[in-house]
Amino acid sequence: MVRRETVRLTDICGSGHYGSAFSIAELLAVLYYQLLHLRPQEPEWMGRDRFTMGKGHAAIGLYPILADLGFFPKSTLDTYTRLGSPLGDHPDMRKVKGVDFSSGSIGHNLSVSAGMALGLKRRQSPARVVCLMGDGEQAEGQVWEAAISAAHYKLDNLVGIVDINKVGSDGQTKEIMDTHPLTDKWRSFGWHVIELEDGHELQQVFNSLNEALNGEQQLPTVVLADTVAGKGVSFMEGTWEWHLGFLGPLDLQQAYAEIAKGLA
Amino acid sequence: MNTKDYRPAGTQDPASWDMVGALNLSKQLTTGRVLAELAEEGHDDLMVLTADLGRPTQVKVFGDKYPDRYFNFGIAERNMIGASAGLATTGWKPVISNYSFFLALMGVENIRNDICYPNLPVRMVGTHSGIAMGFYGTSHHCNEDIGALRTLANLTLMAPCDGNAIAAALRGTIKHEGPIYFRVGRGREAVVYEEPPSWKIGGSNVICEGSDATLLAIGNLVKAGLDAQKLLGSAGIRLKVVDCYSIRPIDKQRILTEAAAHSVLFSAEEHNVTGGFGAAVAEVLAEAGTSTKLIKIGMPDQYSILGPPLHLYRHYGMDGEGVAKVIRSSLR
Repeated sequence: MVRRETVRLTDICGSGHYGSAFSIAELLAVLYYQLLHLRPQEPEWMGRDRFTMGKGHAAIGLYPILADLGFFPKSTLDTYTRLGSPLGDHPDMRKVKGVDFSSGSIGHNLSVSAGMALGLKRRQSPARVVCLMGDGEQAEGQVWEAAISAAHYKLDNLVGIVDINKVGSDGQTKEIMDTHPLTDKWRSFGWHVIELEDGHELQQVFNSLNEALNGEQQLPTVVLADTVAGKGVSFMEGTWEWHLGFLGPLDLQQAYAEIAKGLA
Repeated sequence: MNTKDYRPAGTQDPASWDMVGALNLSKQLTTGRVLAELAEEGHDDLMVLTADLGRPTQVKVFGDKYPDRYFNFGIAERNMIGASAGLATTGWKPVISNYSFFLALMGVENIRNDICYPNLPVRMVGTHSGIAMGFYGTSHHCNEDIGALRTLANLTLMAPCDGNAIAAALRGTIKHEGPIYFRVGRGREAVVYEEPPSWKIGGSNVICEGSDATLLAIGNLVKAGLDAQKLLGSAGIRLKVVDCYSIRPIDKQRILTEAAAHSVLFSAEEHNVTGGFGAAVAEVLAEAGTSTKLIKIGMPDQYSILGPPLHLYRHYGMDGEGVAKVIRSSLR
């Protein structure tokens, strides 16, 4: 559904972040349908788990899930990016029910999430905070400021996910700015690290995220998820070219067909 | 330096001083004390954040009383700003206390996207604004924060000019639901208000009346205006001084009332005259179609030189004599 709707909404918009939305489809599905504690009919419920997107440009993958869960009418999806729509390329917490924080500036949201986690802990709330980041985002210095502070304040209710889809706007992440080895970095910053080998294999995804959210570790946890940009559409997979793009009618049909086949 | 009753541990020479002695001189930085009072009065949603400047900005006094609600983020200002936004979403009312140049100038993009865009009730107290850091150098001067922050929608921007004004500012806006930035000095300011003044968003206070000219001032220039008033008074010029502490929103009615009474108005600020408080006054005058001329007193549009703060104020004409000189020559 995430991929199909991403293709459909991008068709409305005329431009979209296919690659980033497709690489996180399984991560979002497992979080929203299996692990996060939410009340779609009561979106401001203080006891809810929070989800923030450092890589806000993948919000197109989140909106269909929020609509499907009932945070807002599915018909709102049809307004995606049209003049005055609440749904833009990057999410807005004041306009979209179910969005816990606005984003757009890459590198900000782990700091915000650390603040949320700190605030919830001081309220003795059992709620958890999950922040999804990109692998390109790991080049932002502020991510590491946030990592230091989360370990300092022992925020065991904070989970980071790094979607290692290996591409950015300018090409392969490793060639633009190689941020590896991420496991060593996060571990040395005082975080519990979980390496998710296949970010598209649902059982693996569940096991990793479940350990991150429900494990006994007394530390902030990061899940390093190995994913494929553009996963699910053959000509997009693993390419930087489809980080951003648009499909003409013929390719649109092929994308729909391949996505449907992948679901079979 | 005169630290009188205090001498650093292990020293014998009265001329010796350390950070504790220096901080004892910053009597007007009342932020921590006022916040602690508010907490005692039942404001149990206040949290105080700083970036390794809890002592110099005088909020550690809050931290000593409420350690569970005091967070030092180390020298990582942008992370602190983001965390304050996250705290605000979980029902807390965070107050950031930091040097203004690291808070407002380094953090402006985080302030915009994390605090102002979501319209969160975060309070920011930017200290040592203008040229208060003196010989620490131009990198530590902050003559651009008003210009940067004045364009941020949802943000209220105010300049309490002394310790009692800080108390009035924090107390008078405690229920405001949006973000507020308070631009304050280094704490060694001369006292303008003997007690906390009236305070409201979009307000201003007349400090002294005078019928020959009006000075609209903020921060240290309010006291400079008072000194100028005395100097001009002996020459027969009666100067009215207004503390225009609310920079955004600005007290348009006050400005237009003064404009109607004079053919020339004076603004004064410890900030670059380009894009600052005077520019905000100019916008009001121009948009209303007045013919009143505005003379802006402030920092020239260039990087400031360094030196002891009081020497700098004199050099840039931001003391009583400097202000009086501009007004005297303009009215001639």
